[in-house]
Amino acid sequence: MNLGALLAFVRPDLDWHALAPELTLLVVGTLVTVVDIALDDKAKRIMPTLAGIGLLVTLVPILTLAVDGAERPMFGGAYVVDDFSLVLKALFILVGYVVVLMSVDYVREGDYYENEYYTLLLTSLLGMVMMASSRDLVSVFVALELLSIPAYMLAAWRKGGPRSNEAGLKYYLMGVFASAVMLYGMSLVFGVAGDTDFGTIAAALTGEGASPIVIVAILFVLIGFAFKVSAVPFHTWAPDTYEGAPTPVTAFLSVASKAAGFVALLSLVFVAFEGAADVVQPFFWVLAAVTMTVGNLIALRQTNIVRMLAYSGVAQGGFMLAPFAVAFEGDAWQLPGTDITTTPYFAIVVYAVIYAFMNLGAFSVVLAVSRRTRSGDISSYGGLFSYAPGMAVLMTLFLAALAGIPPASGFFAKFVVFWALVGAGTPAGWVLAVIVAVNAVIAFGYYARVLQQMWFEPVPETVALGVDSGGDDEIDLAEAADVSADHDEHGDAWLATETRQATMVRFTPGKIPMTGALAAALAITAIATLALGVLPGLVSHFGDVATFHFGG
Amino acid sequence: MLLNQFLLLGALLFAVGVYGVLARRNGVMVLMSIELMLNAVNLNLVAFGLQHDVVSGQVFALFIIAVAAAEVGVGLAIVLLLYRNRKSIAVDEFDLMKG
Repeated sequence: MNLGALLAFVRPDLDWHALAPELTLLVVGTLVTVVDIALDDKAKRIMPTLAGIGLLVTLVPILTLAVDGAERPMFGGAYVVDDFSLVLKALFILVGYVVVLMSVDYVREGDYYENEYYTLLLTSLLGMVMMASSRDLVSVFVALELLSIPAYMLAAWRKGGPRSNEAGLKYYLMGVFASAVMLYGMSLVFGVAGDTDFGTIAAALTGEGASPIVIVAILFVLIGFAFKVSAVPFHTWAPDTYEGAPTPVTAFLSVASKAAGFVALLSLVFVAFEGAADVVQPFFWVLAAVTMTVGNLIALRQTNIVRMLAYSGVAQGGFMLAPFAVAFEGDAWQLPGTDITTTPYFAIVVYAVIYAFMNLGAFSVVLAVSRRTRSGDISSYGGLFSYAPGMAVLMTLFLAALAGIPPASGFFAKFVVFWALVGAGTPAGWVLAVIVAVNAVIAFGYYARVLQQMWFEPVPETVALGVDSGGDDEIDLAEAADVSADHDEHGDAWLATETRQATMVRFTPGKIPMTGALAAALAITAIATLALGVLPGLVSHFGDVATFHFGG
Repeated sequence: MLLNQFLLLGALLFAVGVYGVLARRNGVMVLMSIELMLNAVNLNLVAFGLQHDVVSGQVFALFIIAVAAAEVGVGLAIVLLLYRNRKSIAVDEFDLMKG
């Protein structure tokens, strides 16, 4: 290419309206940094406010775009703003807002860096928002890394805490390894298709059939994303990272990061890999069945609530993966007793939306309760109803939703997934539907254990220090680790999960120190969980909107 | 066209990288192995791009190079953090949390 050709480069027309949500997020993220530099310590207190308001402002262009309703492809179809992407962008922004609310006091009381925390959170959200619009291997890859890299740093946010360090390391190594595997798959997909946009790939794969290179290419790409959504057997990082990372970050990872992985899978599977159903469907069948079952069985024997929620998140991911196994079977299917039609695609979107709020809610309660008990053990929830009835009721709501008990929203999510599988009308779909039903029952076992603790057990006299709610513990832990470095592994054994009983402290029940931000996070998630459960039409409307334009 | 040779080299590099990630204990060596995997991908992309005579393969490779730099920056920062707290970068020693 000569210089003349380079100079003749014409900037592609940019649709500023379509890019407005991303640009707003970018501006807010930059603003948080700049304000912090300019005002120094005085600005610390307004950081969360600024980030929160910025996120709400980002909703405005998303709404105007939704009202406008036009499909806006950009950059040769690599970046598409349509109803599907707008619904999920709004979800990511709302989840981000709730996470900011959860973080306010945690970050401030722990004396962590404030500006950097919110900047990284916003950057990660920007990656997720971009992921919703990506329809090209390159833009999917860039969005994935943009959302992952800040998340690695957030997981290791407590610099002095050995657990947080370990969480960051494990998340980083697994995440980067997974993206390398995914990229190798993408390079082979590119080799088969001859271009990186999903339309070309779909056409090429349809023509190619299930040749060995196509199988390897697609499996590698899907395995890369299976790491991201922590599907068994690629889930090993999730419980450790969730336990070690600061709790608001854990909530963010288990909801937003996982949803972003599913968004990428949705556009990849339903658009790009449409022609390779023979490869995609069996893979997801096995992945979903194994993920649900293993996640649930391991969750049954957890004693730490964050680890239990981590494995429950793995299992919930399995429910979300199940409809992929019948992605291209059957037509739209009428939900019995309603006028809602369901497809595998619709089921995944609905599940992701509902899961986001119920899981965020559960983590908000964990965060609030640990402010009092300073513990992560399930046994520390004993008698919660006697001294904090509000918390116990909220936790019951969220756990009931996660378990899929009717009035709460989780029931509708599982119902839709179940009928999507049955509606496919294939033996594989029927068998998987049975596995889903059995797993929904198993899952009730470990949710019920927490409920039993809260409602029927007495308040424990001592609790094991675990989930740390402030910065003080962390210094102790770091010092302990330093000392124990000389005594090799024997010395720091008391920090490990199984021997943590050594650090029992006396526990006096009392009012849970509540703050406005945390209360708002609880209120938003509780209202969303209830509303989506009582009015399933609401979420199915969004599901319909998202489905309508998708993939043409 | 030498496509096969490029792909074989790419596959070999990728396999060496995977081996390094799984077998090496040293955090920095693991990061270098991941770089090997990413470079195998770049090689594949450029070779396929030449074969199909499209520029998007090279564009993709450039994106990967840029992102990999950021990724390794964060990775080294995490390894440095671990070294400060534990005086060790052997990745298999970080096993506080299990189960």
